[in-house]
Amino acid sequence: MPKLNTTLATLASGFAAAVALTAPPAAAWEPTKAVTFVIPAGTGGGADQMARFIQGVVTKHKLMEQPIVVINKSGGAGAEGFLEVKNSANDPHKIIITLSNLFTTPLSTGTPFNWKDLTPVAMLALDQFILWVPADAAYSTAKEYIAAVKAGADREFKMGGTGSKQEDQIITVALERQTGGKKFTYVPFQGGGTVAVQLVGKHVNSSVNNPIEGVQHWKSGALKPLCIFDGKRSTYTKKVTATQAWSDIPTCKEVGLPVEYQMLRGIFMPKGVSPEQVKFYVDLFAKVRATDDWKTFMENGAFNQTTMAGDAYAKWVEQAEKTHYDLMKEAGFLAAGK
Amino acid sequence: MEEIASLMQGFAVALTPFNLLLMLVGILLGVIIGVLPGLGGANGVAILLPLTFSMPPTSAIIMLSCIYWGALFGGAITSILFNIPGEPWSVATTFDGHPMAQKGKADEALTAAFTSSFVGAIVAVIVITFLAPLVARFALKFGPPEFFAVQFLTFASFIGMGKGSPFKTLAAMCLGFALAAVGLDNVTGQLRMTFDQEMLLNGFKFLVAVIGLFGIGEILSSMESGLNFSGAHAKIRLDAVLQTWKQMPRLWFTFLRSCIIGCWMGITPGGATPASFMSYGLAKQFSKNGKNFGKGEIEGVVAPETAAHAAGTSALLPMLTLGIPGSPTAAVLLGGLLIWGLQPGPMLFVEQPDFVWGLIASMYLGNVVGLILILTCVPLFAAILRIPFSIIAPIILVICAVGAYTVNNSIFDVWMMVVFGVIGYVFVKLSYPLPPLVLALVLGDMAEGSFRQSMLISQGDLSVFFSNWLVGSIMTLGLILLFWPALRWLITLRRSKPQHA
Amino acid sequence: MHGNDSSGDEMSLVTNRTMDIAVALLLLLVSAVVIYDSARLGFDWRENEGPASGYFPFYIALILASSSLVNLLRALFARHGVDSESFVSRPAFMRVLAVLIPAFIFVAVIQLLGLYIASALFIIAFMLTLGRESIIRSVAVGVTIPLALFVLFEIWFLVPLPKGPVENFLGY
Repeated sequence: MPKLNTTLATLASGFAAAVALTAPPAAAWEPTKAVTFVIPAGTGGGADQMARFIQGVVTKHKLMEQPIVVINKSGGAGAEGFLEVKNSANDPHKIIITLSNLFTTPLSTGTPFNWKDLTPVAMLALDQFILWVPADAAYSTAKEYIAAVKAGADREFKMGGTGSKQEDQIITVALERQTGGKKFTYVPFQGGGTVAVQLVGKHVNSSVNNPIEGVQHWKSGALKPLCIFDGKRSTYTKKVTATQAWSDIPTCKEVGLPVEYQMLRGIFMPKGVSPEQVKFYVDLFAKVRATDDWKTFMENGAFNQTTMAGDAYAKWVEQAEKTHYDLMKEAGFLAAGK
Repeated sequence: MEEIASLMQGFAVALTPFNLLLMLVGILLGVIIGVLPGLGGANGVAILLPLTFSMPPTSAIIMLSCIYWGALFGGAITSILFNIPGEPWSVATTFDGHPMAQKGKADEALTAAFTSSFVGAIVAVIVITFLAPLVARFALKFGPPEFFAVQFLTFASFIGMGKGSPFKTLAAMCLGFALAAVGLDNVTGQLRMTFDQEMLLNGFKFLVAVIGLFGIGEILSSMESGLNFSGAHAKIRLDAVLQTWKQMPRLWFTFLRSCIIGCWMGITPGGATPASFMSYGLAKQFSKNGKNFGKGEIEGVVAPETAAHAAGTSALLPMLTLGIPGSPTAAVLLGGLLIWGLQPGPMLFVEQPDFVWGLIASMYLGNVVGLILILTCVPLFAAILRIPFSIIAPIILVICAVGAYTVNNSIFDVWMMVVFGVIGYVFVKLSYPLPPLVLALVLGDMAEGSFRQSMLISQGDLSVFFSNWLVGSIMTLGLILLFWPALRWLITLRRSKPQHA
Repeated sequence: MHGNDSSGDEMSLVTNRTMDIAVALLLLLVSAVVIYDSARLGFDWRENEGPASGYFPFYIALILASSSLVNLLRALFARHGVDSESFVSRPAFMRVLAVLIPAFIFVAVIQLLGLYIASALFIIAFMLTLGRESIIRSVAVGVTIPLALFVLFEIWFLVPLPKGPVENFLGY
């Protein structure tokens, strides 16, 4: 019997292949060559890690016939990568992972692109931001820290962050609304890992690192989280340190700092691709999210696992763009003519 | 000696037949990656990372770090044979390595380079083994002013020795700085000198420039003197390795100095490329044969290679203990750790001792395996020079084009490579020195960034560069080095005076 | 390595002095461009930004301009000596052009036909005309190297290199 089964299976797959050969339009679309996965950021950063992780998951679980080829195009705060995808309209073999620079880069540098030049595919997750200070700092809550900033001299407190006029600095500016006119000195560094270490070395007073960048220093007792910039607390209840879990970190709103910010980790395609082609990738990423590897990855980084696709996603992106525009306008980060 | 027990346990983890096989494969792949310019260590590790996904983490990191060692070894090969730096940190190796090859001593240069790499790496691993926690605490002391001081020191050690016209040196260096400034300004997020041209967004990449300036420039020079650059004088001596090793012991001080520079720069983290330049610069200043540097002095190969490897290896330490990458390759490895579910950072040594000590043990083993493997290939590499120029020249050009393209996946970079080739050819003939130009190109961004970060922190107060003993002493050292030629001149003047009087 | 370039019987095409002047002028032009853009960005002290974006490039360009000016004046008023030596002779220059022009064409062809085809054509043409190698040898090398690169980059390392219509036709 088993033998017959395999024979039947072989026959069936042979038949399927024959059908596929003779009548391709009827079958669901699949990539016919290697898919290029563009990362609008440098090697080693958060977006890069996630993209390469996805590449690994897809390869490991054989979720796709064709290979994924990852390339970094980080020039001009990611503008290079976005322009590349914008200029490959109708190419269904190209996808791009985005971070907040999808909104911030065109607004702050004036580079001519917009998310509307791309086709939204799916939101993978939202990355969190946490207010960190050295563990032995005198303040134990975000409220106390902000009170100290209020009481101190203007620009006395230094906030370390990644890049300039991007998410970290936007959050910093949003925080400054709560400090009674006192400003932070924002010090831009190259990457999130460096920011965390600069904070451990006390070269800056605080940072708004992503959870994954700060977690090890939290565990080792060098840093402590004050509050998380999300509407509600994290859902991860497993203990990270001896006494605390991600879910024990209060939201900033809870402690009287109404600042919320999350960073999009999503996938886009070039303009002009067909709905079947988009569907293929939506399904692919749904499969990626279903793996245990992905779940572990999410928990390690305390990601907010909100996912979306289709119109809901497009609406979310539109709203996010508006939020960024308002925040950046208020901060004076807009390029001339924007 | 708790460390020794842990290390022995690490050896037990690393020394399985499967892991040894992975080491071998890793080293071989790494050498290939290192030889091809553009396909650097960071690239290579990033590309192969997904392949290791289904392996146990310890085996995976062993293979990936072996790729890294291999790439470190391999970078020197093309530098010496064809004046094309396969990796950024082997630029300084071309200064004396290639002249040695032209004199028919390619095998000696290669042996010296590989041996120095090995020494640098092993010293760095020993530092990692025994001083890891101490060193990690030291690295934390480095804020923006300290980083600027280290970058300043690198320049000072390299600039104070130019022999040609000081104005040409200055012009070449400033051109490097100006080119480095093109693209996004990381401190304010503004675009500089891109003039709305999409291809300029990425600026001028160091590797594209050096492939052009050195590699293509060299081909143009060879063409000028006719097609007679053949391998006629590339003798194949089977005892080259032993002959070269005989010369090594007298260079012990160069080795020592280069190891210290390398470990220091890797840990802080300043990077392997600045380390190699600084080490070369200091060796030239303080060597008895300093005048012969650039003409094929073996010391000029030993110094940068030792420092580059010591730095490249010790760069893994801040990655493991602090979660900050000391080099682009370390940054990719860092991503790898996360993918395998390991959190790099201060807790790694506590939470995953098997992994950490397995990795450290594999550093010892990987380098020994690598050295043996690559030394046996020295005659083979040297024999490449026997291939006639009419065959090798077009192949080199094609490989250079591939290298320039892969740096940023941009054809514009390939155009720039050829343009840099012309610049290199013209500059060499007019004795505009190239080293200050490339050093400015590689360090310009970083130095400017840390300077402005320091200024932000101090609100424009320059005294921040002398605000504590650490930054103050590095700056002072830099100033001394900068004016060393003048100082030496003064000293000799004072000494000679009484004799005449 | 460029030992026999200025031997007496080869006519000098251009002297070092002329080239020195040309390079100095070119660098002056570069500094002018940099100063122009730095002025747009500003080189003053900015509140919470520290020195503005144009600060570093501006002073660098000033140093570049002044040292190039010195180089220019030295070349202009140089006495006969090293500077009046030949930079390159006509035949030597022709040999340089013989590889430089094909190199530029090679890059242009990469843009049209992709890197692999362009490399094959370039290697074969170079070996046949400049190297005076046999056709068999040239074609053998010219086909093997791009093929090896293709396997190494596209298949093994999954690094995409520029491809043209031929590769597209073959399904890559």
